[in-house]
Amino acid sequence: MSSLPIPIPNIRIPRPVHPTGIWSWFTTIDHKRIGILYGITAFFLFLSGGVEATLMRLQLAGPELGIVSAAIYNQLFTMHGTTMIFLAIMPLSAAFFNYLIPLQIGARDVAFPRLNAFSYWTFLGGALMLKLSWIGGATDAGWFGYAPLTSIDQNPGKGIDFWIISLQILGIASLASAFNFIVTIINLRAPGMTWMRLPLFTWMTFITAILLVLAFPVITVALIELTFDRYFGFNFFNVANGGSVVLWQHLFWVFGHPEVYILILPAMGIVSEVLPVFSKKPLFGYATVVLAGAIIAFMGWMVWSHHMFTVGLGPVANTVFTITTMLIAVPTGIKMFNWIGTIWGGSIKLNTPMLFSLGFIAMFLIGGLSGVMHAVSAHDAQQQDTYFVPAHIHYVLFGGAIMAILSGIYYWFPKYSGKMYSEKEGKIHFWLMMIGQNVTFFPMHFVGLDGMPRRIYTYAEGMGWDLWNAVATAGVFILIAGFLVMINNLGRHWRNGPTAPSDPWDGRTLEWSISSPPPEHNFDEIPVVTALDDWWVTKQDSQNRAVPVSGGSGEETHDIHMPQASYWPFVVALGLFVGAYGVVFNDLIFPYLIAGIGLIITFIGVYSWSLEPVNDPE
Amino acid sequence: MLNFNKFKQVIPLLFVLTISMVLAGCYPEHNQSTFDASGPVAERQLNVFWWILAGAAIVFVLVEAVLAYSIIKYRRKDESETPKQTHGNAKLEFVWTSLPALMLIIIAIPTINTLFYAADPPKHALEQHTLKAIGHQWWFEFRYPSPNESDKEIVTANEVYIPVGYPVSIELDSVDVIHSFWVPKLAGKVDMVPAEGNTMWFEADEPGVYYGQCAEYCGDSHANMRFRVVAVPENEFNDWLIYQSTPATESADPLALEGKEVFKTAGCSGCHALKTVVNKGSKGRIGPNLAHVASRRHLAAGVLTNSEDGGLVNDSYLQENLRNWIQDPNSIKPGNIMAAQGVVYTNPDRKLTEGEISALVGYLTTLK
Repeated sequence: MSSLPIPIPNIRIPRPVHPTGIWSWFTTIDHKRIGILYGITAFFLFLSGGVEATLMRLQLAGPELGIVSAAIYNQLFTMHGTTMIFLAIMPLSAAFFNYLIPLQIGARDVAFPRLNAFSYWTFLGGALMLKLSWIGGATDAGWFGYAPLTSIDQNPGKGIDFWIISLQILGIASLASAFNFIVTIINLRAPGMTWMRLPLFTWMTFITAILLVLAFPVITVALIELTFDRYFGFNFFNVANGGSVVLWQHLFWVFGHPEVYILILPAMGIVSEVLPVFSKKPLFGYATVVLAGAIIAFMGWMVWSHHMFTVGLGPVANTVFTITTMLIAVPTGIKMFNWIGTIWGGSIKLNTPMLFSLGFIAMFLIGGLSGVMHAVSAHDAQQQDTYFVPAHIHYVLFGGAIMAILSGIYYWFPKYSGKMYSEKEGKIHFWLMMIGQNVTFFPMHFVGLDGMPRRIYTYAEGMGWDLWNAVATAGVFILIAGFLVMINNLGRHWRNGPTAPSDPWDGRTLEWSISSPPPEHNFDEIPVVTALDDWWVTKQDSQNRAVPVSGGSGEETHDIHMPQASYWPFVVALGLFVGAYGVVFNDLIFPYLIAGIGLIITFIGVYSWSLEPVNDPE
Repeated sequence: MLNFNKFKQVIPLLFVLTISMVLAGCYPEHNQSTFDASGPVAERQLNVFWWILAGAAIVFVLVEAVLAYSIIKYRRKDESETPKQTHGNAKLEFVWTSLPALMLIIIAIPTINTLFYAADPPKHALEQHTLKAIGHQWWFEFRYPSPNESDKEIVTANEVYIPVGYPVSIELDSVDVIHSFWVPKLAGKVDMVPAEGNTMWFEADEPGVYYGQCAEYCGDSHANMRFRVVAVPENEFNDWLIYQSTPATESADPLALEGKEVFKTAGCSGCHALKTVVNKGSKGRIGPNLAHVASRRHLAAGVLTNSEDGGLVNDSYLQENLRNWIQDPNSIKPGNIMAAQGVVYTNPDRKLTEGEISALVGYLTTLK
């Protein structure tokens, strides 16, 4: 460092040394604590999206109700979609990536621990920015933000600006996180942890991270174009001056469809972990399931225009995307059948995580089948933009992604909390979810085919939509009851539950070979992996257990060097947050003054971070 | 041990349950039901839906049944048991890869066939039956070629007639954001994208009033952007065209005459045309054409019904609707341009008096 040509100002601030307390959470770079931060933050954001959904359902409980205004309703569905996708399901998955990947591959942390902390704080900044835009009017152009509804003429308020800029900030967080996990999984696998011995969840994380890296730049470009249109009078999406509104749709869905797999592949990974453990059988066709995941990710790039069957691309384009969309059902089907193959002939124990994973299969199947119905593009002209589509998306993302995530939350609860939850209350939660989601979302199929468009804040009497809308609204309260049971169960037991053993489920993967919760350095000795489901094999083969581990890092416990905590990731994220507000309020005091201040904070943070050694010399 | 034969009886039960669950959602009698296909395009589209629904129902029942069966059959009885550690079965996996693929190929054929069928109108479609549908926030403008002059078009709004048994080609456009043109009983929707020049077609088998609604989110009052398609025998359709191209008869009623004056002075005529015939391709006005507003079954783009049952206009309903609409358009269609920009709504000094509103209502009621 001394060879740097520029003089280094003496801005050395002592490193944070808080092992506990609030401050320790701001400076932590421990992947497990960051995982918990991600999980809890995302769960609260999930609840906020649920509140938005509840208000919408109340408004639609009957014809011509006036619970919320048209303007508020339009903000509600826009924020609900954006929240659930970017602030709930993605970061909930990220919570699992963070907590589990190092544990599953036998590593002591991720490759870039400070970058990991940076991802979280940046995500939190973007999330706060988006949710706080409710003050003064949130975005109301739909989570898909179709041009020209987002143009400055149509939508002069700040809501759209908040949406654009916070999505950009969230994109930075996602990209940083994705790179981190790609590098971690490639480089930090324990000795013997070959690619085809990777736990399925790690595999799906790896594929998801690659998708993130490839998909986010597309939405970034689209959002930059939109920013230019709005801020500097450009005409990317301005038809009057030769722009194209369909361009936005292509860009958005080229990102948006891989995004769907970004949401569902981690969920599929969780289910692929839970089913074998509670069936006492290895995953059926491990290689096929991995391959199917990779094929889904690859083909996910060829189907985007199935969101645009009614845009008028013509029958030839629609035919192409019909065929590719139908094809992508095949690898998805393979996964379904392999999961059933896993439990077939097994020894099934119906603990809460298992129930949720089985519920995932049962519900995701419905979403998958209605997905194939959309692929039948001739009839999709009737389904598109009706309630049939929210029915589908909720069977895929609630019955699918959320059910799997809930399965994961229960499954790994003993690991991250060190406590056991109440199995009885878990099961009550499960049944409330199963009943609640079907009562809420199944009637949407009916009203959709009955001609009810989506995104309408009201409907006339006498259209025949009253009954099933009322039923759907009633279902929401069953779901709310379910989540109250869950919060009570997990919240109470996290504090006072019985102590969890290190391996309560007779697990198969490495995270169950260490204490609950794991020590900060995860593994006293880096394990040497000899098989798929190594921990299970080790337990089965008692001789194996006696073999002294060799070829590992050889470090003794007292020699383990963990990366030290740091202020700088938080500072950089803070700078981005301030800068982002500065861009939205660019005319406050002096043009782009606040943005400049944010930039300076960011710069100071990056500068100090880059000069800060991973570990201080002792 | 669970008796498999006993379980087999559950499968037909599941199947019946599924089918009845699905049928519970079919209401062909509802105004916008996609199950009451009343024209060839909607019929063909509904047919492929029955195919995929049948396929999906079979897959659904089989997979859920196998899932349920294996959960029941393979419940853990003894904590110490360890099942056989099977890692896979290549043959089985080949079967469940190729079977769904085969099913999808089968369903792809009628799908693609129907796609092309619905895309272009049949060759016997007539030039004079070419309808232009133009989306506005939040109402529909309709134009037909004028039966008398080849360079003119007749204009109307929110309610349009079509001849029964004739294919109607539709040219779609929008003046602002993306809307979507959808009459569920006649055909699936096609988006009205500014400057993209989308087209579609449909045909009604039977006379009737068909409900339509904008299906692409288009801002505040997207929910209030509806329209009606009235299918009538060809001779009635031709009469309607003539009627639409002729202005309403002037009324000598003093209230109506007073209203006519208000219509001009209050600024209404700035946005609402009373002309029935315009030059082909000319730019539309900001507000709906009102030349025959009192003949339309609904007001404010299908939101207010001018009769008890949605049938022909009843003047007392019409007058009440007109009054409510003029008094406070925002309460009926939040965010609409008239309330936001009309001078009588933005300038308190120019606010319409009760008397002026009555005169306007009286005048507009005469525009039959």
